[in-house]
Amino acid sequence: MPKHILRLIILFVIVIGLFLVARQFLIPESFGEYGHYRANSIEENANHDIKYVDRAECAECHDDIAALKQGGPHKNINCQTCHGPGNLHIEDPTPENIVKETEREFCGRCHNKNAARAKLIKQIDINEHNIESKCIECHNPHEPWN
Amino acid sequence: MELNKKNKKTRRDFLKLSSAIAGSVAFYSMFKPIESVANRKTDVTEREHWYGFGFDIEKCIGCGLCAKACKIENDVPREPFFFRTWVEQYTIKNGHIIKDENVIVESPNGGIDGFTQSVPDKEIFKSFFVPKTCNHCYKAPCVQVCPVGATFETPDGVVLVDDSYCVGCGYCIQACPYGARYLHPEKKTADKCTFCYHRLKKGLAPACVDVCPTGARMYGDLDDKEGPLVQFIKNHTCRVLKPHLNTKPKLFYNALNEEVR
Amino acid sequence: MEHFDQLYQALNEVVGYIYPNEIELRWSILIVLYPYITGLVAGAFILASLNRVFEIKALKPTYEISLLAALAFLLVATMPLIFHLGHPERFYELMMTPHSSSAMAIFGFVYLWYLMVVLLLEIWFDYRRDFVVWSQESKGLKKFLYKVLTLGSNDISPKALKLDDKLGYIITVVGIPSAFLLHGYVGFIFGSVKANPWWSSVMMPVIFLLSAMVSGIALILVTYMVINYFRKQKIDMLCLDSIGKYLFYTIIIDFTLESLDQIHRIYEAEESFDIISLLISGKLFFTMSIMQVLAGTLIPLFILGFFQFYKPKEKIRKTAYLISGILVLVGIFFMRWNVVIGGQLFSKSFYGFTSYKIGLIGGEGMLAAGVWMVVPILILVFLLWLLPPWKKQHSGG
Ligand code: HEC
Ligand code: HEC
Ligand code: HEC
Ligand code: HEC
Repeated sequence: MPKHILRLIILFVIVIGLFLVARQFLIPESFGEYGHYRANSIEENANHDIKYVDRAECAECHDDIAALKQGGPHKNINCQTCHGPGNLHIEDPTPENIVKETEREFCGRCHNKNAARAKLIKQIDINEHNIESKCIECHNPHEPWN
Repeated sequence: MELNKKNKKTRRDFLKLSSAIAGSVAFYSMFKPIESVANRKTDVTEREHWYGFGFDIEKCIGCGLCAKACKIENDVPREPFFFRTWVEQYTIKNGHIIKDENVIVESPNGGIDGFTQSVPDKEIFKSFFVPKTCNHCYKAPCVQVCPVGATFETPDGVVLVDDSYCVGCGYCIQACPYGARYLHPEKKTADKCTFCYHRLKKGLAPACVDVCPTGARMYGDLDDKEGPLVQFIKNHTCRVLKPHLNTKPKLFYNALNEEVR
Repeated sequence: MEHFDQLYQALNEVVGYIYPNEIELRWSILIVLYPYITGLVAGAFILASLNRVFEIKALKPTYEISLLAALAFLLVATMPLIFHLGHPERFYELMMTPHSSSAMAIFGFVYLWYLMVVLLLEIWFDYRRDFVVWSQESKGLKKFLYKVLTLGSNDISPKALKLDDKLGYIITVVGIPSAFLLHGYVGFIFGSVKANPWWSSVMMPVIFLLSAMVSGIALILVTYMVINYFRKQKIDMLCLDSIGKYLFYTIIIDFTLESLDQIHRIYEAEESFDIISLLISGKLFFTMSIMQVLAGTLIPLFILGFFQFYKPKEKIRKTAYLISGILVLVGIFFMRWNVVIGGQLFSKSFYGFTSYKIGLIGGEGMLAAGVWMVVPILILVFLLWLLPPWKKQHSGG
């Protein structure tokens, strides 16, 4: 075999060899354990912190409100649906780190009249229904008929 | 002349040889890689769960608090652009039912700020809300096209992204028929609904399901025949989105209208 | 953030309904360039191979130019792609853990195969004798470069040269299917996306291939004329006429296939038809009907077709060839644009459109794109300086 062909082949072998060596170092650990992906990523995805805490937690301190709510039409609604995530609040229970929406528009999100809205919810027109005051002045948000 | 003839011969030999090689390579390649290339699945038999969603359009009141909770829970950028889940308001106007121009779809800020109806009641033929999210397809096109294996389906049926491995090529975003993916503006990697995997593993419901005031969103274990999700599918006429694409979504809708895409 | 400003602007320009994540048009101008540049490579290479395998004497003056142009563009082909990634530094993962079911994963390997095994080797075998000769004649840097390129072997005995020729020939033969693979594969990246009806088509790889050949041939036509202009050499009209002829035929095939694809789409009129016809008559009207079809296809087709029957004076022909070549190059660019950008302008809900405004600056702006088009030209100039085809000894082994 002529010298130049031999050298060419050696060159190729070196390049391919380097590639194979690099592969050994660059494929991340746990890759391919379950499939064509990094198995550790499952774990990493599972490790994020939660913000909306277990819905049962609020009742531990606010048992009065939980009980009140339990008797009314809002009984199936999570406290955090209206009050936002409770992760900060349950660690340091102050009024500052929990949301309290008192505007008419907030109730309107669910109750304002809209043809698209499922019929199962009672709807009022927030531009007509007792416009002079906030909803919560007549309806207790935790027990609207109270 | 001599030389030329000889040359021709070798030339023909080369052609023969190379076509023989090409032919056998092609033949072999017909069989072997089809298995790896086709979006085939080897089912994991030993799994504890196999998660899926069930959305009931008849119950959705379009409050949009699911989309809001999702953004908060998962640190999705708050600008009105990136959504792991969102809600669409469909309004079909009176008139020609078949025609697309009578269908009005809206989703301002993904529904996070709630909805108002833009069409007067008397012009409305039908209207409803459709919550959307990643379908966690059984034959996920996004998983199929990912060049490096940075998006995958976990053994329990959740399609996830490995954000420390994703190169951010965007191919999965193009491949998703449901628009469920986006490129995270800070992380520069593909991002999508994780089924709130971090909550599932702590025994909690996904945030969107947890805050839904009417139970329009539910999730469950598709392996559990007595479980709520399988019962929901059993007791309602459920459909999936874009079934003709054969992605086999694991998100089932009750009362899904034909107009919804 | 500037990025968000753009998105807010796009939000205002949404027509109808699009999925909220679709506002951002993910694959921008850089991804338009990628198939465009690879197409030029594949096309130029195929022209060179036709030349060699089928011994088309008239094309001989363009053989080396085609190879060098292919190399110059190939060296840059990956750049727009890599710089478009969210994490360019993770690019190596494509080589380390390629996903066998992903059309994109094969990219690195097809590319390397084509670059290292086909193109470089073919050029090397073609020039090896000259490397040896030049390494003895020249001085300084050039001498050093040639020395390295000889791999330290000065064997230019007739036997060795004959072997080179033989091996070069084999590589050319292997190279043709490789060039088809390279660009057919790029078409497949788009054609296999079933979520997108504008892309999803079996014809896509074939159309990409044919349009690649069209653009590659046009590139060589223009490059050949420009090189001869700068070298103040007389243009070989026989060569020019034959390139023109091949360009004419490939355009016909390409245009036929593309029309077939569209006619099929129109006749079948599937679910997506309404939105696609709005797309073509609206957002893509200028880039498609005017730039791609009229300027990039019909006008050159008419000019070149005319020359098949009647050959006017040389001077007129030269100008006409130059104009047709440039028109074709522009037309194919817009063809890529219409595929890549067009496919993302409409929503996969088929209820509306987003918009795309290309910025001037920034990594994905017009200037960056311009740079990636200029760099290959500079590389080509360098290659022509290092490996001037006109200084080669054409005596045959
Ligand atoms: C560790 C006990 C504890 C838990 C658990 C707890 N809270 Fe509280 N919360 C408090 C206390 C104490 C206050 C009264 C603070 C004050 O008035 O100074 C309060 C106040 C509030 C307020 C009223 C704020 C205001 O502006 O008046 C709201 C709303 C509230 N909590 C909601 C919740 C919700 C929702 C949860 C469940 C996620 C929750 N809390 C869980 C102790 C708790
Ligand atoms: C339908 C929405 C809604 C739900 C569900 C809800 N709240 Fe409230 N909550 C409100 C609103 C609105 C106020 C503000 C009332 C006001 O300022 O008078 C409020 C006020 C409060 C307060 C302040 C004290 C008070 O009575 O004004 C506490 C504490 C509280 N909520 C706890 C809870 C807990 C615990 C739950 C779950 C068991 C819950 N809330 C569920 C809407 C809601
Ligand atoms: C997250 C959605 C949501 C919000 C916010 C909400 N509600 Fe409700 N509300 C419901 C649901 C669900 C029901 C139970 C379905 C029903 O019976 O209408 C309900 C029931 C009611 C009812 C009883 C209707 C009936 O006759 O059965 C009243 C009154 C009411 N809500 C008032 C309010 C007021 C006032 C507010 C604002 C403080 C409010 N709601 C905020 C979801 C909501
Ligand atoms: C001035 C007191 C008052 C205010 C303010 C008020 N409501 Fe009412 N609401 C009532 C009374 C009284 C009824 C029962 C009689 C009726 O149906 O009008 C009622 C009924 C309702 C019902 C049940 C309707 C049905 O069809 O059964 C809903 C839902 C409701 N209100 C929601 C709201 C919301 C949301 C707001 C704020 C936007 C609000 N209300 C503000 C007094 C009030």
